[in-house]
This record gives sequence, C-alpha cells and structure tokens, in this order.
Amino acid sequence: MADNVIELRHVEKVYGTAVKTQVLFDVNLAFEKESFNSIIGQSGSGKSTLLNIIGTLDRPTSGEVLLNGVKTTDLSKNKLAELRNKTIGFIFQFHYLLPEFTAYENVLMPVRIAGTPITEEIKARADELMALVGLTKVKNNLAVNMSGGQQQRTAIARALMNRPEIILADEPTGNLDSDTTEQVYDLLREINRKFKTTFVIITHDRRIAEKADRIVEVKDGRIALDLRK
Amino acid sequence: MLPFKIALRFLKSSLGQTIGIILGIGVGVSVQVFIGSLITGLQASLVDKTIGSSSQITVKMKEDDQYIEDYAEYIAYIETLPNIASVATTLDANSVLFTENKPVIVRGTDLADSDAIYKLSDKLVRGRLPAADYEVVIGESLFAELGYALGDTIDIYNPPTGSGADEHKFVTVVGTFDFQVALTNDTLIVTTIPTVQDILNVGDVVSTVITQLDEVFDSDLDAASIAAFIADDAVEVIDWKTQNESLLSGLNGQTASSLMIQVFVTLSVVLGIASVLAITVLQKSKQVGILKAMGIKDSQASFIFLSQGMILGVFGAITGLLIGLGLLYSFTTFALNADGTPVVPLSIDPGFMALSALIAFSSASLASFIPARKSTKISIIEVIKNG
Repeated sequence: MADNVIELRHVEKVYGTAVKTQVLFDVNLAFEKESFNSIIGQSGSGKSTLLNIIGTLDRPTSGEVLLNGVKTTDLSKNKLAELRNKTIGFIFQFHYLLPEFTAYENVLMPVRIAGTPITEEIKARADELMALVGLTKVKNNLAVNMSGGQQQRTAIARALMNRPEIILADEPTGNLDSDTTEQVYDLLREINRKFKTTFVIITHDRRIAEKADRIVEVKDGRIALDLRK
Repeated sequence: MLPFKIALRFLKSSLGQTIGIILGIGVGVSVQVFIGSLITGLQASLVDKTIGSSSQITVKMKEDDQYIEDYAEYIAYIETLPNIASVATTLDANSVLFTENKPVIVRGTDLADSDAIYKLSDKLVRGRLPAADYEVVIGESLFAELGYALGDTIDIYNPPTGSGADEHKFVTVVGTFDFQVALTNDTLIVTTIPTVQDILNVGDVVSTVITQLDEVFDSDLDAASIAAFIADDAVEVIDWKTQNESLLSGLNGQTASSLMIQVFVTLSVVLGIASVLAITVLQKSKQVGILKAMGIKDSQASFIFLSQGMILGVFGAITGLLIGLGLLYSFTTFALNADGTPVVPLSIDPGFMALSALIAFSSASLASFIPARKSTKISIIEVIKNG
C-alpha cells in the first residue's frame, strides 16, 4: 500500500445546535503522497466541508483526520496554525489575496508567518515561483490591480512558497474563463510533477476532473464514487 | 514583527480613515493639554497675585505691643526646613510724619532677605533701595502728594514711650515704590531694622518673621512644625491657607473640574478608538481569515490590532501635542492685554504634556484590546463561505 499523506476515518460533520444539519456521513478516505486528486459533487453535497476539514480549517464533529500520520483532531489551535503554515497550501475560488500587499509580498507571506527570515535564497524561490506562474512582470502590483487570472496564479505561487506537501484547492478556476482555466490546470499538473506535491482539488467541471489521477464524487455527504485511473 | 508590519500596511491602505482617527485622538489630547495648561496657569497666577508678594508663613507675638526677641533662633530652625524658599524679619512702628501730621507705618526689614518676599526692587519706581540706616523708600503716591524730592529729609515723630522725651528721627528719602495697593502706597515707609529699633527705642527685636515657600500648598505642614519648635503660647504661627480659605476652596473646585474635563475627554478618546478599531476588525476580517488559513496564530492576529492601537496612539499623541502647543502659542501671542501680558495666563509644563501624551498612548493601546480580542474570534470558515 502506498504512503497516505491524508487519511480520514469515520468523519462526520453536523452543523447547528438547535436545528442539526448533518453534512458528512461516516467518510473514510485516504490520499496518497504525490497524487493528483479531484473531488466532484453538486452544490451542497458537502465537498467543501470535506476539504475544509482536511485542511484543518474546520473540525469534524466525530471521526479522525490524519495528516502524515498526525491526528489533527487532537492538536491545539496554535499547533494547527503551524501545521497549516508548513504542510498545507490553500487555493480558494475567490483568490483571497491580501489587497494591501503586492503580488510578491503576498507570495512571501507564508514565509513571514513561519517567522523565517527573508534571505536571498527565499527571494530567489519567490521569483522562481512568480516566473513559473508567469507573473514576473506584475509582481510589484497590488493584488487589487491584477486580473482574476493573475490573482489566482499569485494565490498558487503563494500556496507553494513554503514547499507544502499538500495543496488543497476549492474551485480554483471557478471564477476564470475557460482558456485561463485550462492554463491554471496545466500549471497545477506541472507543479505536481515538478515538486511532487499532493493535490486535492474540488471542481464542478467534469472535463477538468478527468485530468486528475483519481476522481472522488461526494453526494449527500457520502462518497458516491471513487475512481482511479 | 510581522503583525506590526501588517498593522502599518492596513493603516496605510485606508489612509483617510487613519488620518481621521489620528485627528480624533489629537483633538482629544490637545483639549486636555490646553485645559490643563489653562487651569494650572490660572491657579498659579491667582496664587501668585494673592500671596506671591507676601509672607506665606508668619511668626509674630499674639499681643501687638510685644516683640520677638529669639528671632535668630527661629530663623536658624526655619532655614533647616526643606520647603522654605526665603526667610526675613520685619519690625513695624506706627509713627507720624511730623511736618505733615500724617500717620504712617515705618517698616524695618532686612532688605537683602525680604526682597525675595516683597519683591521691593521690582516695585521700585524711582531712586534705589535703602543701603544704610536712616534711608527710606516711600510710596510713589505719598511722594507725589507731599511734593518730596529724592534726598529730602523727613521728620518721623514717634509718641513718647514712657521716657517722657519726644522722639524725632530724621530719615532720607532715597526711592519710591508702587505696590499697586493705594493704602500701602499712601502709608508705608520701608527702611532698615536698626532704624525702626531706634525709632521705637527697643533693643534687638523684630515684630515678625516672614517666609516664602517652594510648595505653597504645604504651608500648613511647615507652620505646624515651626509652631512645635517655638512651643510658646505667646507666639503665633500663621500660614496663608488658614487666612485664605475661600481662595483655597475655589482652587480645589477648579482642580476638580479640570480633572473631570480631562477624564471625560480621555474616556471619549478611548471609546472613540475602541469603536473605530472594532470596525476595522470587521473591515479586515477577510484578511485576518486568510492570514489564519496561512497559519497566523490568534495571538499574532490580535497583535495586529494592538499594534494599530499603539501606532494610532503615538501619532494621535504627537498630533495632539502639536495642536495643543499651537493653541497655547496662539493664545499667548495673539490674545494680549494692553500691557502685553496674555489675557489667559497659561502654564506650559513639559511634564504635564508628556503625561497627556502618555495617557493618550496608553488609552489607545488599551482601547485596542477590544478589537484585538475580537480578532481571535474570526472564523476562517465564515470568511471563506462569505467570500
């Protein structure tokens, strides 16, 4: 059996206290190291909740989440923050750059949060990533002065900055036109090959999902389909 | 220092709002500085006008016709008290200007010492202070009324004191003074102590020991210790506070109301900063959510808002001091009486200004605790869900 970098055991999620809504039902799922996975499902199927729980942004109501064999459900808020900073890179649908900072500063932000001094080597890596996502020319623009595609590519570069083992992306191209969507996916795929990063990507777009090594379909809070190539 | 840098960037990105908050704090600080300086200045001027040129603790005999013999001993003790600024002695004689048949008070005093209390040299209109015995200075109005000239000799007559012989003493007018009090200007003649001792035909005695203090409001404490030292029922020690109770209660009322104004100004500054910062947390909740997703800790997130409070506090305090100084400067430069003195007497005290600035800084920092705490409650999920 291959190494699992992400493992979910009997994960359930219930929202609300007075009126309870169960979003996830006994989810058991594992993702292998260096794999490129997609999660598909209709709106409200629970796929985003699943991704947020994997990314430690949300806690499961019951069950366990293990990242690299570490049970995240037992960790304190501060430990989780550290774990997110070092292990996980997030790419969201709405880019979520810090509008007060330039593209380049946004890319360096995870390093600053880690408390690592910005050395020449780190600057070189940021430059390399900016070049990889094709943003060298606009790197000193404020986030708000860039196009949607540029912002999303900045977010990708930022997600890669701390060399995370896992990248979690929630509809990373949901806001982009089809040409740009294609470019962004090709870029993610290239990163997966080049940096051996594990990808878990939520998408609506079946065409895109089919490019992944594995397709997981979530339906009504349960795994309905798990297809490996 | 990432939180500090983020705080600075947040403030810079909404510069208009930041300047508004800084001005808000600044106006609060300037009001505090201005009101504080005004009240302190008013009080100092009032106290100075009332007791600045008179004795603040006076030692005298209870009976008017008795004199202090042990005054040297008293002075030696009084001079050891740390709060005493100056000590002097006086000896008064109720006499008559013989030629003009006009009653006067001839006051002998050790001019070198008593000048610090009476400021006689400041009040000199013409001539000079007495340098030797039998030289006198008199009120400018008396001088004019009687048509004297400097260098004139006047005949001071003292009723016989038991020996039966008339006592005429001749003194020379060497100068005039103006105390800006008609009675004093009309009746007071100032000379040396030996001159008056001779007029009264008494030995080495004085009628009062007079003092001025560094801290005038501590006069009761010093008066009590002087009374305890003298321990003589025939001698009384009078401090200015017991003689000016209504002035004192006025001053206390002023201090209290000034303090109230300052407390409420500070309070409104604190509330203002707290509510504005609380809004900036809401404005920046998306950013805080993103930072948290990237791994920033709650403590660092709250430090962003604490830093904002401190930065606003520092700039607000500086702005406030500048506005306050501007106000003080304008008032002391442009609002003048006919004689060139400021209409409003202001006391510019760097210590008080530093304190006002420190209060503004601390209140801004304190106010930012509320938004700082709020920031720890920002949920990443909420931010992501609401885009």
